[in-house]
Amino acid sequence: MTDLTTSTPAARAGSSDGSLVFDRVSMKFPDGTHALTNVSFGVGPGEFVTVVGPSGCGKSTLLRIASGLTEHTAGTVSVDRSGIGYVFQDATLLPFRSVQHNVELLAELHGVSPAERKRLAEEAIALVGLRGHEKQYPKQLSGGMRMRCSLARSLVLKPSVFLFDEPFGALDEITRERLNDELLRLFQHEGFCSLFITHSIYEAVFLSTRVLVMSQRPGRIIGDFRVPFPYPRPHDLRFEPAFAELSGQISHALRGAHE
Amino acid sequence: MTDLATPASPASPTGEAALGDEGAPAPATRKRRSLLDVTGPLLVFAAFLGAWNLLSYGLFPLLGLPDQKQFLLPPPHEVVRESFTQWEPQPNRGLAPLLSKLWISTQLAFVGLAIATGLGMVIGILMSQARWIERSSWPYLVALQSIPILAVAPLIGNVVNFDFGGKLIVTVVIALFPVVANTLFGIKSVDRSLHELFDLHGTSRWTRLIKLELPIAAPAIFEGFRISAGLAVIGAVVGDLTMGEGEGGIGQLIQVYRQRLRNPEMIGAIVLAALLGLAFFWAFGFLKRRAVGHWYDAERPR
Repeated sequence: MTDLTTSTPAARAGSSDGSLVFDRVSMKFPDGTHALTNVSFGVGPGEFVTVVGPSGCGKSTLLRIASGLTEHTAGTVSVDRSGIGYVFQDATLLPFRSVQHNVELLAELHGVSPAERKRLAEEAIALVGLRGHEKQYPKQLSGGMRMRCSLARSLVLKPSVFLFDEPFGALDEITRERLNDELLRLFQHEGFCSLFITHSIYEAVFLSTRVLVMSQRPGRIIGDFRVPFPYPRPHDLRFEPAFAELSGQISHALRGAHE
Repeated sequence: MTDLATPASPASPTGEAALGDEGAPAPATRKRRSLLDVTGPLLVFAAFLGAWNLLSYGLFPLLGLPDQKQFLLPPPHEVVRESFTQWEPQPNRGLAPLLSKLWISTQLAFVGLAIATGLGMVIGILMSQARWIERSSWPYLVALQSIPILAVAPLIGNVVNFDFGGKLIVTVVIALFPVVANTLFGIKSVDRSLHELFDLHGTSRWTRLIKLELPIAAPAIFEGFRISAGLAVIGAVVGDLTMGEGEGGIGQLIQVYRQRLRNPEMIGAIVLAALLGLAFFWAFGFLKRRAVGHWYDAERPR
Protein backbone atom coordinates (compact mmCIF):
# COMPACT_ATOMS: atom_id res chain seq x y z
CA MET A 1 0.00 0.00 0.00
CA THR A 2 2.90 2.36 0.69
CA ASP A 3 4.69 1.40 -2.46
CA LEU A 4 2.76 3.65 -4.79
CA THR A 5 4.78 4.21 -7.89
CA THR A 6 7.46 1.58 -8.28
CA SER A 7 7.01 -1.10 -10.83
CA THR A 8 8.41 -4.57 -10.86
CA PRO A 9 11.92 -5.11 -12.21
CA ALA A 10 10.49 -7.25 -14.98
CA ALA A 11 8.27 -4.42 -16.13
CA ARG A 12 11.17 -2.02 -16.13
CA ALA A 13 13.11 -4.24 -18.47
CA GLY A 14 11.16 -3.00 -21.45
CA SER A 15 8.32 -3.78 -23.73
CA SER A 16 9.62 -6.30 -26.22
CA ASP A 17 8.85 -9.22 -23.95
CA GLY A 18 5.18 -8.36 -23.73
CA SER A 19 4.93 -5.84 -20.96
CA LEU A 20 3.63 -2.37 -20.42
CA VAL A 21 5.34 0.47 -18.57
CA PHE A 22 3.91 3.88 -17.68
CA ASP A 23 6.56 6.32 -16.48
CA ARG A 24 5.31 9.60 -14.97
CA VAL A 25 2.55 9.85 -17.52
CA SER A 26 0.27 12.89 -17.48
CA MET A 27 -2.63 13.71 -19.70
CA LYS A 28 -4.23 17.07 -20.17
CA PHE A 29 -7.11 17.45 -22.59
CA PRO A 30 -7.14 20.40 -25.01
CA ASP A 31 -9.91 22.00 -22.96
CA GLY A 32 -7.55 22.15 -19.97
CA THR A 33 -8.92 19.24 -17.91
CA HIS A 34 -6.26 17.17 -16.26
CA ALA A 35 -7.15 13.52 -16.75
CA LEU A 36 -4.01 11.95 -15.31
CA THR A 37 -1.09 13.26 -13.29
CA ASN A 38 2.20 11.49 -12.88
CA VAL A 39 1.01 7.95 -13.27
CA SER A 40 3.75 5.34 -13.06
CA PHE A 41 3.34 1.61 -12.97
CA GLY A 42 4.29 -1.44 -14.92
CA VAL A 43 2.62 -4.62 -15.98
CA GLY A 44 5.15 -7.39 -16.41
CA PRO A 45 4.80 -10.73 -18.15
CA GLY A 46 2.38 -12.96 -16.33
CA GLU A 47 0.88 -10.06 -14.42
CA PHE A 48 -2.77 -9.17 -14.25
CA VAL A 49 -3.13 -5.57 -13.09
CA THR A 50 -6.53 -4.07 -12.44
CA VAL A 51 -7.30 -0.40 -11.96
CA VAL A 52 -10.30 0.62 -9.87
CA GLY A 53 -11.38 4.17 -9.20
CA PRO A 54 -14.33 6.54 -9.08
CA SER A 55 -16.18 7.24 -12.32
CA GLY A 56 -14.54 9.81 -14.50
CA CYS A 57 -11.16 9.45 -12.81
CA GLY A 58 -9.33 8.74 -16.03
CA LYS A 59 -9.22 4.93 -15.88
CA SER A 60 -10.37 4.59 -19.44
CA THR A 61 -8.01 7.33 -20.56
CA LEU A 62 -5.23 5.20 -19.11
CA LEU A 63 -6.17 2.35 -21.41
CA ARG A 64 -6.63 4.59 -24.40
CA ILE A 65 -3.13 5.94 -23.85
CA ALA A 66 -1.73 2.43 -23.52
CA SER A 67 -3.33 1.43 -26.81
CA GLY A 68 -2.34 4.59 -28.64
CA LEU A 69 -5.93 5.73 -29.24
CA THR A 70 -5.17 8.86 -27.21
CA GLU A 71 -1.84 10.66 -26.98
CA HIS A 72 -0.55 11.46 -23.50
CA THR A 73 0.92 14.91 -22.90
CA ALA A 74 3.86 14.11 -20.62
CA GLY A 75 5.92 11.13 -19.54
CA THR A 76 6.70 7.94 -21.40
CA VAL A 77 4.74 4.81 -22.20
CA SER A 78 6.54 1.75 -23.44
CA VAL A 79 4.60 -1.10 -24.91
CA ASP A 80 4.79 -3.20 -28.01
CA ARG A 81 1.67 -2.03 -29.83
CA SER A 82 1.85 -4.73 -32.45
CA GLY A 83 0.86 -7.25 -29.82
CA ILE A 84 -2.02 -5.50 -28.11
CA GLY A 85 -5.46 -6.89 -27.59
CA TYR A 86 -8.16 -4.35 -26.70
CA VAL A 87 -11.53 -5.29 -25.32
CA PHE A 88 -14.05 -2.46 -25.30
CA GLN A 89 -16.85 -1.73 -22.87
CA ASP A 90 -19.34 -3.14 -25.32
CA ALA A 91 -18.60 -6.02 -27.62
CA THR A 92 -18.24 -3.78 -30.72
CA LEU A 93 -19.07 -6.63 -33.05
CA LEU A 94 -19.93 -5.92 -36.66
CA PRO A 95 -23.68 -6.59 -36.81
CA PHE A 96 -23.56 -7.75 -40.43
CA ARG A 97 -20.95 -10.46 -39.79
CA SER A 98 -21.53 -13.86 -38.30
CA VAL A 99 -19.58 -14.92 -35.21
CA GLN A 100 -17.03 -16.72 -37.38
CA HIS A 101 -16.42 -13.69 -39.57
CA ASN A 102 -16.38 -11.28 -36.65
CA VAL A 103 -13.66 -13.34 -35.03
CA GLU A 104 -11.71 -13.39 -38.29
CA LEU A 105 -11.89 -9.61 -38.66
CA LEU A 106 -8.62 -8.52 -37.06
CA ALA A 107 -6.62 -11.23 -38.79
CA GLU A 108 -8.24 -10.07 -42.01
CA LEU A 109 -7.20 -6.47 -41.34
CA HIS A 110 -3.65 -7.70 -40.80
CA GLY A 111 -3.58 -9.53 -44.10
CA VAL A 112 -3.63 -13.11 -42.78
CA SER A 113 -4.57 -15.59 -45.52
CA PRO A 114 -8.18 -16.84 -45.54
CA ALA A 115 -7.30 -20.43 -44.70
CA GLU A 116 -5.04 -19.41 -41.84
CA ARG A 117 -7.48 -16.95 -40.32
CA LYS A 118 -10.28 -19.47 -40.54
CA ARG A 119 -8.14 -21.88 -38.55
CA LEU A 120 -7.16 -19.20 -36.01
CA ALA A 121 -10.77 -18.12 -35.60
CA GLU A 122 -11.97 -21.68 -35.04
CA GLU A 123 -9.33 -22.10 -32.38
CA ALA A 124 -10.31 -18.85 -30.64
CA ILE A 125 -14.02 -19.66 -30.85
CA ALA A 126 -13.36 -22.99 -29.17
CA LEU A 127 -11.29 -21.27 -26.47
CA VAL A 128 -14.10 -18.94 -25.45
CA GLY A 129 -16.73 -21.68 -25.65
CA LEU A 130 -18.71 -20.40 -28.60
CA ARG A 131 -18.45 -23.54 -30.71
CA GLY A 132 -21.74 -24.22 -32.46
CA HIS A 133 -22.59 -20.52 -32.71
CA GLU A 134 -20.25 -19.71 -35.61
CA LYS A 135 -23.01 -18.95 -38.06
CA GLN A 136 -25.10 -16.76 -35.76
CA TYR A 137 -25.26 -13.00 -36.01
CA PRO A 138 -24.51 -10.72 -33.04
CA LYS A 139 -28.16 -9.86 -32.51
CA GLN A 140 -28.96 -13.51 -31.97
CA LEU A 141 -26.45 -13.71 -29.12
CA SER A 142 -26.85 -12.86 -25.44
CA GLY A 143 -24.71 -10.11 -23.91
CA GLY A 144 -22.33 -12.66 -22.43
CA MET A 145 -21.93 -14.51 -25.71
CA ARG A 146 -21.24 -11.27 -27.52
CA MET A 147 -18.49 -10.51 -25.06
CA ARG A 148 -17.03 -13.99 -25.60
CA CYS A 149 -17.07 -13.32 -29.31
CA SER A 150 -15.28 -10.02 -28.73
CA LEU A 151 -12.66 -11.82 -26.63
CA ALA A 152 -12.19 -14.44 -29.31
CA ARG A 153 -11.69 -11.72 -31.89
CA SER A 154 -8.78 -10.27 -29.88
CA LEU A 155 -7.34 -13.71 -29.09
CA VAL A 156 -6.90 -14.48 -32.77
CA LEU A 157 -3.88 -12.18 -32.98
CA LYS A 158 -2.34 -13.85 -29.92
CA PRO A 159 -1.57 -10.54 -28.18
CA SER A 160 1.07 -10.37 -25.49
CA VAL A 161 -0.67 -7.46 -23.75
CA PHE A 162 -4.41 -7.39 -23.18
CA LEU A 163 -6.26 -4.20 -22.31
CA PHE A 164 -9.78 -4.52 -20.89
CA ASP A 165 -12.03 -1.48 -20.57
CA GLU A 166 -14.77 -2.58 -18.15
CA PRO A 167 -15.70 -5.40 -20.48
CA PHE A 168 -18.20 -7.12 -18.20
CA GLY A 169 -19.79 -4.02 -16.65
CA ALA A 170 -23.05 -4.41 -18.53
CA LEU A 171 -23.55 -8.09 -17.72
CA ASP A 172 -25.55 -9.65 -14.93
CA GLU A 173 -23.72 -10.97 -11.87
CA ILE A 174 -23.82 -14.66 -12.79
CA THR A 175 -22.63 -14.11 -16.35
CA ARG A 176 -19.93 -11.79 -15.12
CA GLU A 177 -18.61 -14.35 -12.64
CA ARG A 178 -18.62 -17.07 -15.24
CA LEU A 179 -16.73 -14.87 -17.68
CA ASN A 180 -14.26 -13.94 -14.92
CA ASP A 181 -13.56 -17.64 -14.38
CA GLU A 182 -13.04 -18.15 -18.08
CA LEU A 183 -10.90 -15.07 -18.49
CA LEU A 184 -8.55 -16.42 -15.82
CA ARG A 185 -8.41 -19.74 -17.61
CA LEU A 186 -7.43 -17.88 -20.81
CA PHE A 187 -4.95 -15.73 -18.89
CA GLN A 188 -3.15 -18.84 -17.69
CA HIS A 189 -3.45 -20.75 -20.90
CA GLU A 190 -2.36 -17.95 -23.27
CA GLY A 191 0.17 -16.25 -20.99
CA PHE A 192 -0.63 -12.65 -21.89
CA CYS A 193 -0.30 -9.81 -19.39
CA SER A 194 -3.39 -7.75 -18.65
CA LEU A 195 -4.39 -4.28 -17.72
CA PHE A 196 -8.02 -4.39 -16.64
CA ILE A 197 -10.39 -1.56 -15.75
CA THR A 198 -13.45 -2.16 -13.60
CA HIS A 199 -15.82 -0.64 -11.07
CA SER A 200 -16.16 -3.88 -9.18
CA ILE A 201 -13.72 -4.47 -6.35
CA TYR A 202 -14.62 -8.17 -6.19
CA GLU A 203 -13.96 -8.61 -9.85
CA ALA A 204 -10.65 -6.80 -9.44
CA VAL A 205 -9.51 -8.96 -6.53
CA PHE A 206 -10.66 -12.18 -8.10
CA LEU A 207 -8.83 -11.60 -11.36
CA SER A 208 -5.67 -9.78 -10.50
CA THR A 209 -2.16 -10.22 -9.30
CA ARG A 210 -2.24 -6.55 -8.38
CA VAL A 211 -4.93 -3.92 -7.88
CA LEU A 212 -4.28 -0.20 -8.33
CA VAL A 213 -6.63 2.39 -6.87
CA MET A 214 -6.98 5.71 -8.62
CA SER A 215 -8.01 9.03 -7.15
CA GLN A 216 -10.64 11.31 -8.55
CA ARG A 217 -9.69 13.46 -11.49
CA PRO A 218 -6.95 14.30 -12.10
CA GLY A 219 -6.21 10.62 -11.68
CA ARG A 220 -3.28 9.51 -9.58
CA ILE A 221 -2.50 6.10 -8.19
CA ILE A 222 -3.28 6.23 -4.48
CA GLY A 223 -3.32 2.55 -3.63
CA ASP A 224 -1.39 -0.49 -4.76
CA PHE A 225 -2.41 -3.93 -3.50
CA ARG A 226 -0.78 -7.27 -4.25
CA VAL A 227 -3.24 -10.10 -4.46
CA PRO A 228 -1.56 -13.17 -2.99
CA PHE A 229 -3.96 -15.92 -4.12
CA PRO A 230 -2.39 -18.50 -6.44
CA TYR A 231 -3.85 -19.46 -9.82
CA PRO A 232 -5.94 -21.30 -10.82
CA ARG A 233 -8.40 -19.55 -8.56
CA PRO A 234 -11.43 -21.60 -7.63
CA HIS A 235 -14.86 -20.07 -8.01
CA ASP A 236 -15.36 -20.20 -4.23
CA LEU A 237 -12.32 -18.05 -3.55
CA ARG A 238 -14.82 -15.19 -3.57
CA PHE A 239 -16.22 -16.42 -0.25
CA GLU A 240 -12.91 -16.84 1.63
CA PRO A 241 -12.21 -14.54 4.59
CA ALA A 242 -8.87 -13.45 3.12
CA PHE A 243 -10.65 -12.42 -0.06
CA ALA A 244 -13.15 -10.39 1.90
CA GLU A 245 -10.43 -8.76 3.95
CA LEU A 246 -8.47 -7.64 0.92
CA SER A 247 -11.65 -6.41 -0.76
CA GLY A 248 -12.40 -4.43 2.39
CA GLN A 249 -8.98 -2.78 2.33
CA ILE A 250 -9.39 -1.81 -1.30
CA SER A 251 -12.89 -0.56 -0.65
CA HIS A 252 -11.49 1.58 2.13
CA ALA A 253 -8.84 3.08 -0.14
CA LEU A 254 -11.45 3.66 -2.80
CA ARG A 255 -13.68 5.48 -0.36
CA GLY A 256 -10.71 7.70 0.38
CA ALA A 257 -10.52 8.44 -3.32
CA HIS A 258 -14.08 9.67 -3.32
CA GLU A 259 -13.42 12.23 -0.65
CA MET B 1 -48.91 20.00 -59.43
CA THR B 2 -46.18 22.26 -58.03
CA ASP B 3 -45.84 19.67 -55.42
CA LEU B 4 -44.20 17.20 -57.75
CA ALA B 5 -40.76 18.57 -57.03
CA THR B 6 -40.91 18.28 -53.28
CA PRO B 7 -40.76 14.59 -52.54
CA ALA B 8 -40.75 12.93 -49.19
CA SER B 9 -38.01 13.87 -46.80
CA PRO B 10 -35.11 11.43 -46.66
CA ALA B 11 -35.53 8.53 -44.39
CA SER B 12 -33.72 8.66 -41.15
CA PRO B 13 -31.21 5.86 -41.45
CA THR B 14 -32.03 4.12 -38.23
CA GLY B 15 -35.46 5.11 -37.06
CA GLU B 16 -37.30 4.55 -40.30
CA ALA B 17 -40.05 2.13 -39.43
CA ALA B 18 -40.77 1.69 -43.07
CA LEU B 19 -43.90 0.42 -44.69
CA GLY B 20 -44.04 -3.24 -45.39
CA ASP B 21 -40.97 -4.06 -43.37
CA GLU B 22 -40.89 -7.23 -41.37
CA GLY B 23 -39.64 -6.97 -37.84
CA ALA B 24 -39.05 -9.97 -35.69
CA PRO B 25 -41.96 -9.65 -33.31
CA ALA B 26 -43.59 -12.30 -31.22
CA PRO B 27 -45.81 -14.61 -33.34
CA ALA B 28 -49.06 -13.24 -31.92
CA THR B 29 -48.19 -9.62 -32.71
CA ARG B 30 -47.02 -10.70 -36.10
CA LYS B 31 -50.32 -12.36 -36.91
CA ARG B 32 -52.30 -9.39 -35.75
CA ARG B 33 -50.18 -7.03 -37.77
CA SER B 34 -50.37 -9.06 -40.97
CA LEU B 35 -54.16 -9.10 -40.67
CA LEU B 36 -54.11 -5.34 -40.22
CA ASP B 37 -51.70 -5.05 -43.14
CA VAL B 38 -54.33 -6.53 -45.44
CA THR B 39 -57.57 -5.21 -44.01
CA GLY B 40 -56.31 -1.69 -43.30
CA PRO B 41 -55.46 -0.76 -46.88
CA LEU B 42 -58.60 -2.56 -48.14
CA LEU B 43 -60.81 -0.49 -45.85
CA VAL B 44 -59.14 2.72 -46.97
CA PHE B 45 -59.58 1.63 -50.58
CA ALA B 46 -63.28 0.97 -50.04
CA ALA B 47 -63.74 4.34 -48.37
CA PHE B 48 -61.90 5.97 -51.24
CA LEU B 49 -64.14 4.32 -53.86
CA GLY B 50 -67.21 5.31 -51.87
CA ALA B 51 -66.16 8.94 -51.68
CA TRP B 52 -65.35 8.91 -55.38
CA ASN B 53 -68.77 7.54 -56.31
CA LEU B 54 -70.39 10.05 -54.03
CA LEU B 55 -68.48 12.86 -55.71
CA SER B 56 -69.30 11.85 -59.25
CA TYR B 57 -72.99 10.96 -58.67
CA GLY B 58 -74.17 12.93 -55.71
CA LEU B 59 -72.15 16.05 -55.46
CA PHE B 60 -72.74 17.59 -58.82
CA PRO B 61 -76.53 17.89 -58.47
CA LEU B 62 -76.11 18.73 -54.82
CA LEU B 63 -73.87 21.68 -55.57
CA GLY B 64 -76.10 22.72 -58.43
CA LEU B 65 -73.40 22.06 -60.99
CA PRO B 66 -74.62 21.40 -64.50
CA ASP B 67 -75.09 17.73 -65.34
CA GLN B 68 -73.09 18.16 -68.49
CA LYS B 69 -69.96 18.57 -66.42
CA GLN B 70 -70.34 15.22 -64.72
CA PHE B 71 -68.18 13.54 -67.34
CA LEU B 72 -65.22 15.41 -65.87
CA LEU B 73 -65.23 13.09 -62.89
CA PRO B 74 -66.39 9.69 -64.12
CA PRO B 75 -67.18 7.08 -61.47
CA PRO B 76 -64.65 4.29 -60.85
CA HIS B 77 -66.41 1.58 -62.83
CA GLU B 78 -66.39 3.80 -65.89
CA VAL B 79 -62.64 4.32 -65.55
CA VAL B 80 -62.12 0.58 -65.31
CA ARG B 81 -64.42 -0.13 -68.28
CA GLU B 82 -62.87 2.47 -70.56
CA SER B 83 -59.23 1.95 -69.61
CA PHE B 84 -58.74 -1.63 -68.54
CA THR B 85 -61.42 -3.87 -70.06
CA GLN B 86 -60.85 -3.18 -73.74
CA TRP B 87 -57.60 -3.90 -75.52
CA GLU B 88 -57.57 -1.32 -78.28
CA PRO B 89 -61.06 -0.29 -79.50
CA GLN B 90 -59.62 2.65 -81.41
CA PRO B 91 -56.06 3.91 -81.95
CA ASN B 92 -54.71 5.42 -78.72
CA ARG B 93 -57.54 4.07 -76.58
CA GLY B 94 -57.91 1.10 -74.26
CA LEU B 95 -55.39 -0.98 -72.39
CA ALA B 96 -52.85 -1.58 -75.19
CA PRO B 97 -51.54 1.99 -75.53
CA LEU B 98 -51.61 2.42 -71.74
CA LEU B 99 -49.39 -0.60 -71.24
CA SER B 100 -46.96 0.21 -74.04
CA LYS B 101 -46.56 3.78 -72.76
CA LEU B 102 -46.21 2.49 -69.21
CA TRP B 103 -43.36 0.28 -70.40
CA ILE B 104 -41.58 3.30 -71.87
CA SER B 105 -41.96 5.17 -68.58
CA THR B 106 -40.71 2.13 -66.68
CA GLN B 107 -37.54 2.08 -68.75
CA LEU B 108 -36.96 5.78 -68.26
CA ALA B 109 -37.58 5.55 -64.53
CA PHE B 110 -35.29 2.55 -64.27
CA VAL B 111 -32.37 4.15 -66.10
CA GLY B 112 -32.86 7.36 -64.13
CA LEU B 113 -32.96 5.42 -60.88
CA ALA B 114 -29.80 3.50 -61.77
CA ILE B 115 -27.95 6.75 -62.42
CA ALA B 116 -29.38 8.42 -59.30
CA THR B 117 -28.40 5.53 -57.03
CA GLY B 118 -24.87 5.27 -58.46
CA LEU B 119 -24.25 8.99 -58.48
CA GLY B 120 -25.99 9.49 -55.13
CA MET B 121 -23.86 6.88 -53.42
CA VAL B 122 -20.66 8.38 -54.83
CA ILE B 123 -21.66 11.86 -53.65
CA GLY B 124 -22.75 10.55 -50.26
CA ILE B 125 -19.51 8.61 -49.78
CA LEU B 126 -17.37 11.61 -50.78
CA MET B 127 -19.29 13.82 -48.37
CA SER B 128 -18.84 11.32 -45.56
CA GLN B 129 -15.07 11.13 -46.04
CA ALA B 130 -14.26 14.80 -45.61
CA ARG B 131 -16.02 17.36 -43.52
CA TRP B 132 -15.21 20.16 -45.97
CA ILE B 133 -16.84 18.33 -48.87
CA GLU B 134 -19.95 17.79 -46.80
CA ARG B 135 -20.05 21.39 -45.61
CA SER B 136 -19.48 22.91 -49.02
CA SER B 137 -21.86 20.75 -51.04
CA TRP B 138 -24.77 20.32 -48.64
CA PRO B 139 -26.45 23.70 -49.37
CA TYR B 140 -26.49 22.92 -53.09
CA LEU B 141 -28.05 19.55 -52.56
CA VAL B 142 -30.76 21.10 -50.45
CA ALA B 143 -31.26 23.76 -53.11
CA LEU B 144 -31.50 21.07 -55.78
CA GLN B 145 -34.13 19.47 -53.63
CA SER B 146 -36.20 22.57 -53.08
CA ILE B 147 -36.26 24.07 -56.58
CA PRO B 148 -39.57 23.13 -58.21
CA ILE B 149 -38.54 20.81 -61.00
CA LEU B 150 -41.32 22.05 -63.25
CA ALA B 151 -39.61 25.43 -63.31
CA VAL B 152 -36.23 24.02 -64.21
CA ALA B 153 -37.36 21.40 -66.71
CA PRO B 154 -37.72 23.87 -69.64
CA LEU B 155 -34.20 25.11 -68.95
CA ILE B 156 -32.86 21.56 -68.92
CA GLY B 157 -34.76 20.96 -72.15
CA ASN B 158 -33.23 24.02 -73.78
CA VAL B 159 -29.71 23.07 -72.80
CA VAL B 160 -29.91 19.32 -73.41
CA ASN B 161 -33.01 18.39 -75.38
CA PHE B 162 -36.68 17.72 -74.90
CA ASP B 163 -36.19 14.05 -75.70
CA PHE B 164 -34.87 11.11 -73.67
CA GLY B 165 -31.79 13.00 -72.43
CA GLY B 166 -33.77 15.86 -70.94
CA LYS B 167 -36.35 13.58 -69.34
CA LEU B 168 -33.58 11.44 -67.91
CA ILE B 169 -31.95 14.44 -66.26
CA VAL B 170 -35.28 15.49 -64.75
CA THR B 171 -35.71 11.98 -63.37
CA VAL B 172 -32.21 11.89 -61.91
CA VAL B 173 -32.58 15.32 -60.31
CA ILE B 174 -35.79 14.28 -58.60
CA ALA B 175 -34.50 10.90 -57.42
CA LEU B 176 -30.98 11.85 -56.34
CA PHE B 177 -31.38 13.41 -52.92
CA PRO B 178 -32.63 10.51 -50.78
CA VAL B 179 -29.74 8.30 -51.88
CA VAL B 180 -27.17 10.99 -51.06
CA ALA B 181 -28.73 11.82 -47.71
CA ASN B 182 -29.19 8.22 -46.63
CA THR B 183 -25.70 7.17 -47.71
CA LEU B 184 -24.22 10.08 -45.79
CA PHE B 185 -26.30 9.57 -42.65
CA GLY B 186 -25.80 5.82 -42.78
CA ILE B 187 -22.04 6.16 -42.87
CA LYS B 188 -22.05 8.81 -40.17
CA SER B 189 -24.11 6.59 -37.89
CA VAL B 190 -21.22 4.12 -37.48
CA ASP B 191 -20.40 3.73 -33.81
CA ARG B 192 -17.32 5.52 -32.55
CA SER B 193 -16.04 2.42 -30.82
CA LEU B 194 -16.21 0.50 -34.10
CA HIS B 195 -14.09 3.21 -35.69
CA GLU B 196 -11.66 2.90 -32.81
CA LEU B 197 -11.44 -0.83 -33.32
CA PHE B 198 -10.32 -0.15 -36.87
CA ASP B 199 -8.01 2.68 -35.68
CA LEU B 200 -6.20 0.24 -33.41
CA HIS B 201 -5.27 -1.86 -36.40
CA GLY B 202 -4.10 0.97 -38.60
CA THR B 203 -6.75 0.39 -41.23
CA SER B 204 -6.63 2.34 -44.49
CA ARG B 205 -9.51 4.57 -45.45
CA TRP B 206 -10.54 2.31 -48.29
CA THR B 207 -10.59 -0.83 -46.14
CA ARG B 208 -12.58 1.01 -43.52
CA LEU B 209 -15.10 2.11 -46.12
CA ILE B 210 -15.51 -1.36 -47.58
CA LYS B 211 -15.39 -3.43 -44.43
CA LEU B 212 -17.09 -1.11 -41.96
CA GLU B 213 -18.86 1.98 -43.21
CA LEU B 214 -20.71 0.76 -46.28
CA PRO B 215 -22.00 -2.46 -44.68
CA ILE B 216 -23.24 -0.58 -41.61
CA ALA B 217 -24.84 2.04 -43.85
CA ALA B 218 -26.42 -0.56 -46.15
CA PRO B 219 -29.89 -0.59 -44.55
CA ALA B 220 -30.09 3.20 -44.72
CA ILE B 221 -28.80 3.20 -48.30
CA PHE B 222 -31.39 0.64 -49.35
CA GLU B 223 -34.05 2.75 -47.69
CA GLY B 224 -32.80 5.65 -49.81
CA PHE B 225 -33.05 3.48 -52.94
CA ARG B 226 -36.63 2.68 -52.08
CA ILE B 227 -37.68 6.29 -51.67
CA SER B 228 -35.78 7.24 -54.81
CA ALA B 229 -37.48 4.44 -56.72
CA GLY B 230 -40.87 5.99 -56.09
CA LEU B 231 -39.52 9.41 -57.00
CA ALA B 232 -37.99 8.13 -60.24
CA VAL B 233 -41.46 7.18 -61.46
CA ILE B 234 -42.68 10.68 -60.63
CA GLY B 235 -39.64 12.03 -62.49
CA ALA B 236 -40.45 10.00 -65.59
CA VAL B 237 -44.03 11.30 -65.66
CA VAL B 238 -42.95 14.88 -65.02
CA GLY B 239 -40.40 14.54 -67.81
CA ASP B 240 -43.21 13.56 -70.19
CA LEU B 241 -45.38 16.42 -69.06
CA THR B 242 -42.68 19.03 -69.53
CA MET B 243 -40.89 17.70 -72.61
CA GLY B 244 -42.89 16.71 -75.63
CA GLU B 245 -40.30 15.37 -78.01
CA GLY B 246 -39.38 11.80 -78.75
CA GLU B 247 -41.33 8.76 -77.74
CA GLY B 248 -43.33 9.73 -74.69
CA GLY B 249 -44.39 7.57 -71.81
CA ILE B 250 -47.48 7.39 -69.66
CA GLY B 251 -47.21 11.10 -68.91
CA GLN B 252 -47.60 11.94 -72.56
CA LEU B 253 -50.70 9.80 -72.73
CA ILE B 254 -52.13 11.62 -69.71
CA GLN B 255 -51.68 14.88 -71.59
CA VAL B 256 -53.29 13.53 -74.75
CA TYR B 257 -56.33 12.31 -72.85
CA ARG B 258 -56.60 15.58 -70.98
CA GLN B 259 -56.61 17.56 -74.19
CA ARG B 260 -59.26 15.26 -75.67
CA LEU B 261 -61.31 15.40 -72.47
CA ARG B 262 -61.09 11.62 -72.27
CA ASN B 263 -61.17 11.69 -68.49
CA PRO B 264 -61.87 7.98 -67.81
CA GLU B 265 -58.70 6.99 -69.69
CA MET B 266 -56.76 9.85 -68.14
CA ILE B 267 -57.64 8.64 -64.67
CA GLY B 268 -56.78 5.11 -65.77
CA ALA B 269 -53.34 6.32 -66.85
CA ILE B 270 -52.82 8.08 -63.51
CA VAL B 271 -53.79 4.92 -61.66
CA LEU B 272 -51.28 2.90 -63.68
CA ALA B 273 -48.52 5.44 -63.02
CA ALA B 274 -49.29 5.22 -59.31
CA LEU B 275 -49.18 1.42 -59.44
CA LEU B 276 -45.81 1.60 -61.18
CA GLY B 277 -44.50 3.79 -58.37
CA LEU B 278 -45.81 1.33 -55.79
CA ALA B 279 -44.25 -1.60 -57.66
CA PHE B 280 -40.86 0.13 -57.65
CA PHE B 281 -41.22 0.94 -53.96
CA TRP B 282 -42.13 -2.64 -53.08
CA ALA B 283 -39.45 -4.14 -55.28
CA PHE B 284 -36.77 -2.18 -53.47
CA GLY B 285 -38.26 -3.00 -50.11
CA PHE B 286 -37.99 -6.66 -51.07
CA LEU B 287 -34.41 -6.13 -52.24
CA LYS B 288 -33.54 -4.48 -48.94
CA ARG B 289 -34.90 -7.38 -46.92
CA ARG B 290 -32.99 -9.83 -49.08
CA ALA B 291 -29.76 -7.86 -48.77
CA VAL B 292 -29.65 -6.89 -45.10
CA GLY B 293 -32.67 -8.56 -43.51
CA HIS B 294 -30.64 -11.41 -42.04
CA TRP B 295 -28.76 -9.13 -39.70
CA TYR B 296 -30.59 -5.83 -39.69
CA ASP B 297 -34.30 -6.55 -39.20
CA ALA B 298 -33.66 -8.78 -36.23
CA GLU B 299 -31.90 -5.86 -34.64
CA ARG B 300 -34.72 -3.36 -34.74
CA PRO B 301 -36.33 -3.09 -31.35
CA ARG B 302 -40.10 -3.03 -31.56
